[in-house]
Amino acid sequence: MSLNDQDIRRIANLARLALQPEEQERMRHKINDFFGIVEQIRAVDTTGVLPMAHPVDAMQGAHIELRLRPDVASEPNQREANQRSAPAVERGLFLVPKVIE
Amino acid sequence: MTQLHNMTVAQLAQTLQTKQASAVEVATAFLARAGGNPHHAFLDIDSEVTLAQAQASDARIAAGTAGALEGVPIAHKDVFVTRDFATTAGSKILSGYRSPFDATVVQKLGAGVNGQGGAGMVSLGKLNCDEFAMGSSNENSAYGAVTNPWDTSRVPGGSSGGSAAAVAARLAPAATGTDTGGSIRQPASFCGITGIKPTYGRASRFGLIAYASSLDQAGPMARSAEDCALILSAMCGPDLDRDATSLDVPAENFCAKLGDSLSGLRIGIPQEFFGEGLAADVRTAIDAALKTLEAQGAKLVPITLPRTELAIPVYYIIAPAEASSNLSRFDGVKFGHRASAYTDLVSMYKQTRAEGFGEEVKRRIMTGAYVLSHGYYDAYYLQAQKIRRMIADDFQRAFADCDVIAGPVAPTVAWMLGHNASDPLADYLADIFTLPASLAGLPGMSVPVGFGEGGMPVGLQLIGNYLQEARLLNVAHQYQLATDHHLQQPEGI
Amino acid sequence: MTAPKLVQGYEVVIGFETHAQLSTKSKIFSRASVAFGAEPNTQACAVDMALPGTLPVMNIGAVERAIEFGLGVNAHIAERSIFARKNYFYPDLPKGYQISQFEIPVVQGGEVSFFLEVGKETVHKTVRLERAHLEEDAGKSLHEDFVGQSGIDLNRAGTPLLEIVTQPDMRSSEEAVAYAKELHKIVTWIGICDGNMQEGSFRCDANVSVRKPGAPLGTRREIKNLNSFKFMQQAIDYEVRWQIDQLEDGHAIEQATVLFDPDTGETRAMRTKEDAADYRYFPDPDLPPLVIGRDWVERVRSEMAELPRVMAERFVKDYALPEYDATQLTQSKATAAYFEATAQACGQPKLASNWIMGEVSRRLNAAELGFDQLPVSAAQLGAMIARIQDSTINNNSAKQVFEALWNQEGEVDAIIASKGLKQMNDTGELEKIIDDVLAANPKNVEEFKAGNAKALNGLVGPIMKASKGKANPAQVNELLMKKLS
Repeated sequence: MSLNDQDIRRIANLARLALQPEEQERMRHKINDFFGIVEQIRAVDTTGVLPMAHPVDAMQGAHIELRLRPDVASEPNQREANQRSAPAVERGLFLVPKVIE
Repeated sequence: MTQLHNMTVAQLAQTLQTKQASAVEVATAFLARAGGNPHHAFLDIDSEVTLAQAQASDARIAAGTAGALEGVPIAHKDVFVTRDFATTAGSKILSGYRSPFDATVVQKLGAGVNGQGGAGMVSLGKLNCDEFAMGSSNENSAYGAVTNPWDTSRVPGGSSGGSAAAVAARLAPAATGTDTGGSIRQPASFCGITGIKPTYGRASRFGLIAYASSLDQAGPMARSAEDCALILSAMCGPDLDRDATSLDVPAENFCAKLGDSLSGLRIGIPQEFFGEGLAADVRTAIDAALKTLEAQGAKLVPITLPRTELAIPVYYIIAPAEASSNLSRFDGVKFGHRASAYTDLVSMYKQTRAEGFGEEVKRRIMTGAYVLSHGYYDAYYLQAQKIRRMIADDFQRAFADCDVIAGPVAPTVAWMLGHNASDPLADYLADIFTLPASLAGLPGMSVPVGFGEGGMPVGLQLIGNYLQEARLLNVAHQYQLATDHHLQQPEGI
Repeated sequence: MTAPKLVQGYEVVIGFETHAQLSTKSKIFSRASVAFGAEPNTQACAVDMALPGTLPVMNIGAVERAIEFGLGVNAHIAERSIFARKNYFYPDLPKGYQISQFEIPVVQGGEVSFFLEVGKETVHKTVRLERAHLEEDAGKSLHEDFVGQSGIDLNRAGTPLLEIVTQPDMRSSEEAVAYAKELHKIVTWIGICDGNMQEGSFRCDANVSVRKPGAPLGTRREIKNLNSFKFMQQAIDYEVRWQIDQLEDGHAIEQATVLFDPDTGETRAMRTKEDAADYRYFPDPDLPPLVIGRDWVERVRSEMAELPRVMAERFVKDYALPEYDATQLTQSKATAAYFEATAQACGQPKLASNWIMGEVSRRLNAAELGFDQLPVSAAQLGAMIARIQDSTINNNSAKQVFEALWNQEGEVDAIIASKGLKQMNDTGELEKIIDDVLAANPKNVEEFKAGNAKALNGLVGPIMKASKGKANPAQVNELLMKKLS
């Protein structure tokens, strides 16, 4: 398995990353090097094995379940503090280049 | 009286409680050492903030309301968000970011909730690290590499490199770190200090800037197992309201079992950790350490962790996959860097992220997006999740025959700065011994056990079963009572 | 099932995706309030803004409501369901991913049944549900106030939604609207959603395609955010015509997301996100599996109000009502309650049903009032029906009594007395009237005796008139027959 330039462009677009041509080339080489060691996992027989999304899942006894919180609205308005590091705010709204629908 | 900066956390706590020194005096002593930022360990220092916290500690000591570690300084890895210091995660994209809240770990170790229920430690500032904790050498920090106090031409390890260097160079008696694939254990090993990554879910992830959510875990880095036990006791505990993956397991006093004897302890030795990949100098130090433990009454049991090598591809699929999603929030809209030049919304996203992220972070985002993308999910991500369970099951089989597992933390001692710059894969492969425990969510620690090539420290890795941190700390402490490797320090301190 | 009606020889196929905003106090993964209409971003806490280090914690209220819905539509409540991340970049999506459910949703299967008028006949229709899953809402982009820029308000971000997905079971815009109304009734009846369509609490997306009967499903276009039943019908009708025209002109339909413009009455394709296809779903590592024990489901079931479907069945059983009546009377809790009170007051369920579905509804619609604002109490209507039943008044007079009740002119018997509406049940008096009318209309009598039944009307009319409408029609017929035979 090896990625070509088109794959790299497609993924870069999905990930919203602008890549310079030489950067893209370097990226392609290194990701392909990496997939060189990844390929071995495809040979592993995992028939009947449940995927493990949460490490605690494997903890003896503890079969992990989602913990639920009571339905209480207790957050005060902290807009000012929360927007302190925002790049562009006007009248409490985050500003972005026009969204076209 | 020993110089303050040479005291352990335990000694400093004692000194402060018996009022032989004030929190302000202690803080001042460490701030003086951190001046000029040796080894480039710190990313943010603010003596006003630190001294204000120290004064508050002195007030609590005077009032008799002191916390367990009142007034003892600590510095935090820059992936923990803090209200009083900038938080960057070692990334340009968060340059100058100020969090409106403190991470749970920072809160618990510090003054607690409005001065209540915290350990009372005083924060010295924020420590350098690989960008978003992605790296094994700290060379991926957007703010410059950290140097190893034992040899400034070498890396301190990563991603908690600033934490390890700061403790080794006595810039701080202790530091917090995070460990996703070995980021506490490996730099601790490279810098000759002690560090522990607890069971996944022991310490809250709230306020820990996520790299790989199902692997990230916070832990202490200090000079001795005893110090780690003291700090870990204050860090851990349920955070039910803020972290759905935080374990509902009561906080534990990890010092309680430090004195237990090792006689009869079964130490599992995984053959896979001692293959050709392991450098001779490291092996020599590890073998000697195991002999010492045997002499202390432990029995060495050969075990096997057959999928050790698979841990590398499995980890480097799962971690980037989660990272590619976790880092999507850095888009120049709500906080952090926004590119100055763009044509429309999409180009704003792309330019902002291109400028804000370093090359290794971009590479992992790309890899992660790819393995999750249409048509590849089953072959890579899902397959990795299945092998992850097999790796966890291998550990459970092994723990049927032993109480703890021991082996090297890393195949070599700290390498030269720039050594792997052109070859990230070499970094990945060097994580081979720390990745399996991370994938399984098991506690693991690094204990200094001597020196190898170039006089560089070597760390012994101890891996315990779930919630067996006390056992690991007990083994490390008993070893440290019988040896003095952890007392060695770099020249010029 | 009647055969699906065709449009220009095409069969219309419609499936629905409805986003019902759940009526919780706080957001699905944070403690911020969900109240509508606050100042921008004042109800978006650190978690909703996706500030670094924040994590989601699940709201039990949202889960309870999902369970209630599942029980309300006879669906399976999954013992174990999974939250997944749907990854895409959009300014109103603060984390760069939406937490939703993908492979294993909390509600699986189920169905929604309703009646609808097709021409003269009333058809019973069942739409199968595929699933309903929990997810978080996005924020809002405001385009008006800023030149070349949009303002982002994240107050709505993290509001709990239940996305309800049907099978492509609907065959006309009428069926689609009837389904949407029935679904709206269910979620508001069990109280998991306030149903406010203007505020976006109940948003429908319609997947529309057309095909020749028997052909495989055509390519569908999705009409987004239909926030009124009126627009729903217009939008679907327009879309169907548009697709048929395209096909008739030899063009292929391309899959697209379209918006309905109420001003032009047309649908137009939205600017397509080129990579929208690849959401890179994966289980959210921040949220372990949602586990719902049978005991929890049973507790919710035991605490739930009687469902409209169940109540209708009871009406059929206990009041011997036709299924159609029972369904109509369970359109809202108020209607159902009013019917039961009336039926109990008069002991005549079917008469009560006729009056409520007839005169009462007509009057309410005319006055644009709801059953909860009805000026005539159930006790009053019951008392009036009782008077019809015991022949004190006839139906004509009853209409006048009802009018008087509506105008608050007093109680039933008083009204009957004051308006002199009491039915004439005294045969002597009535026979005299009849004899006079017969004498005055020999022609009709002749014709009737000659076998022209119609001629009878020419006699009944004058008799009723002479009795000032108070004669008992049944009695009039009886006596006439006796005298004419």
